[in-house]
Amino acid sequence: MPGADKETELKGRIEDFLADLKRGGSGTGALRGSGEMARETTYLLRRITAQARWSSAGDLMEIIRHEGRRITAAQPSETTVGNMVRRVLKIIREEYASTASGTSAKQNMVDHVIDGLVEDLSVQIKSNQILFVTYTWLGHEMATGLSKVIIGTQTVLANGGLRAVNGTHSVALAARHHSTPLIVCAPMFKLSPQFPNEEDTFHKFVSPHEVLPFTAGEILSKVNVHCPVFDYVPPELISNIGGNAPSYIYRLMSELYHPEDHKL
Amino acid sequence: RDSSVNVVQLLLARLDNGVVWLHSDGPEKKYEIRRAKNDGKELTKEEKQRLRKEKKQQKKQKDEKGTSERAKEKKHVAPSQPVATQPPTQKAHTVLPASAPIPVPASGAPSHSSPAPSPADKPAKSRAELKAERRARQEADRASKQQSCSSSSKTKAPPSELNPVVKRLPEHVQVDDPAVVKRLAKKLERQQIPLRSDYGYKVSLFSHLHQYSRKAPLTQQLSIPSTVIHPSIVRLGLQYSQGIVVGSNARSVALLHAFKQVIRDYTTPPNEELARDLVNKLKPYISFLNQCRPLSASMGNAIKYIKKEISNIPSQFKEEEAKTKLLTCIDRYINENVVLAAKAISKYAIEKISDGDVILVYGCSSLVNHILCEAYDKSRKFRVIIVDSRPRLEGREALRRLVKQGISCTYVLISALSYVLPEVSKVFLGAHALLANGYVMSRVGTSQIALVARTFNVPVLVCCETYKFCERVQTDSFVSNELDDPDDLMVTRKGKTQLENWHDVSSLGLLNLVYDVTPPDFVDLVITDLGMIPCTSVPVVLRVKNLDHSMPVWMLERGFRHKVSPCLILHAMLHRL
Repeated sequence: MPGADKETELKGRIEDFLADLKRGGSGTGALRGSGEMARETTYLLRRITAQARWSSAGDLMEIIRHEGRRITAAQPSETTVGNMVRRVLKIIREEYASTASGTSAKQNMVDHVIDGLVEDLSVQIKSNQILFVTYTWLGHEMATGLSKVIIGTQTVLANGGLRAVNGTHSVALAARHHSTPLIVCAPMFKLSPQFPNEEDTFHKFVSPHEVLPFTAGEILSKVNVHCPVFDYVPPELISNIGGNAPSYIYRLMSELYHPEDHKL
Repeated sequence: RDSSVNVVQLLLARLDNGVVWLHSDGPEKKYEIRRAKNDGKELTKEEKQRLRKEKKQQKKQKDEKGTSERAKEKKHVAPSQPVATQPPTQKAHTVLPASAPIPVPASGAPSHSSPAPSPADKPAKSRAELKAERRARQEADRASKQQSCSSSSKTKAPPSELNPVVKRLPEHVQVDDPAVVKRLAKKLERQQIPLRSDYGYKVSLFSHLHQYSRKAPLTQQLSIPSTVIHPSIVRLGLQYSQGIVVGSNARSVALLHAFKQVIRDYTTPPNEELARDLVNKLKPYISFLNQCRPLSASMGNAIKYIKKEISNIPSQFKEEEAKTKLLTCIDRYINENVVLAAKAISKYAIEKISDGDVILVYGCSSLVNHILCEAYDKSRKFRVIIVDSRPRLEGREALRRLVKQGISCTYVLISALSYVLPEVSKVFLGAHALLANGYVMSRVGTSQIALVARTFNVPVLVCCETYKFCERVQTDSFVSNELDDPDDLMVTRKGKTQLENWHDVSSLGLLNLVYDVTPPDFVDLVITDLGMIPCTSVPVVLRVKNLDHSMPVWMLERGFRHKVSPCLILHAMLHRL
């Protein structure tokens, strides 16, 4: 029963992926870059498309949506995963709209498109230089030395704002104070249709032992230590996101994702 | 100028043919001296011409006889010894008239070689000739003073502080200028202090500053026991360079205590005045400390105060009296400017702290910690958020002190600033110095906090004692700063040090700044011991303070002294203003 084997194998792979996500987020597992995460997600989705049993576009979409919900629930801060799922859903819709032929033809086409997506992705990742800047004293250096500030980000939100690494907001404010342009480099898979209103899901915290080590002694019990990972950077501080103004992001978003898929 | 001429006259009268002049008729001598005073007015035409000729000849001889003058000096010192037993420092003056070259009229020469010329010689010299002689000697004196190096102690003309002082860039901010570096090296060599060498690649924007390594303290190049530097100063220098004593107040107080020990162990050498000699003794110590770690603004002000106090000691004081007076002065300075100022500032600051406040502090400022502890003792209910930054991690010290007191604290790194600021009601910052244009110089990162706090509309209060106000003007952090050891930036995580071989990477420079300046528009209020002032009023306070310091010079000469604390005077002046 090769079908059953494939199914269990597929299920096994999905479970592995979920476990990896959960571990990766806590900081103890191997840290993965967003690009790698996106690639892994795409491979998994391709496998699902190839090996799962489905008969129509709607079925496939339902399967992928179901799996997508599970994956995003495993690690909410990894928006890349959710973005890839939404992208694939959009591709399926497009394919459905462009062809009127049967299931198998569709399947092949979807495979084609997903392959193309994977390639596209790898090109993007290679060509994108994501730079990180240290910022403990950056403020006044901007007054004279710098002509531009280039930063990376974890996610680009739907309003053009960023969810970036801690400290980026200070950098952005300093850049605005010294009238230095702030440029964000981010590949397409980081564009997320989320808005920054969800206070409780926006922030993620890691263990504060990096900030105040356990060797600090007794005072640990009397002190609150916070170690947030992300910073919200409002779109007013940003000059450019990879060639587009922040106010243009919503347009890009509509090309990549379908509005119905915004909530998985 | 008149007074310096007088002094030179008197000395010359004493040393050169002193016996003759002293034995001469009283009125004669007085007449001479009075005429010497009116020298400039009474010279006749012929005398002026002769003087001009003599000056020209002097100049020629000066150029020709470089070293041969020294030989002549040595020759002439021997015969003039029986005239007066000269202390070594005044050898210069015996030497000078001797080295006044041949153009001094022949009447001068025989008087040098024969120690006790007969009184019969004197009437032979016409008054005009004597005057010309005197004039020529003065010129020679002045000429060779310019020539010779400053090692001979000069007679101190009363300081003319009312004249404008030419301000030059301090030497520690001109490291990329080779002439300045050479001058500094020569000065240190003269004072027998080793020169500390720079370490590592310096980022081009900061190549005009020193960058030292903590692993190579200056004391390794000193011989122990050092004869030039007092041991408590050596210890202090080491404490500074290794980061054992940090913080503006701590460094100044430690400096003053070390100086107290120096004063206690000091004995005036024979034929020296305590007022002059002690100041000269302190100069190499200050150079040494500067080499260990660049002096802070508060230390600079403290040193100025001590030097002023020492030079204002009346010469009739015995050594013990003078020493006790100096020790009490120093104690009073510390008490007024550090201890009492902290009390005054706390009193003002506590008015600004209300119940339910969330206060943000940065790093470890002794003054801010004091304020918070006092406020807690007065039963104000508040909690504190301590922001810290690498590589110094000074916030941990503040955390320890506040937690010990019982205050509820939260601790974050500066990268989490945007996360914590929405819940903060006030920001209290300490300062290293307040500059004359209203900028606040403080630990690096302070300007970032002020900037982000301004964005979130959180009030920023800076607490600073008035003795840290300094006359420098700076608008950015590049001009004058301190570069700390760049190796501090390396961090080892999970056994791996990423930047271990940063020396080998030619395009990489590590920059570890210590200070930065915050513009006054980010600061809402400055709390000083004189009251709560806006940041832009700092130059007003400085001006009033400066007036206060420059007054005593001429006032002293008439016997007035400010017996009241300067702070009270300033307060009164500000109220009147």
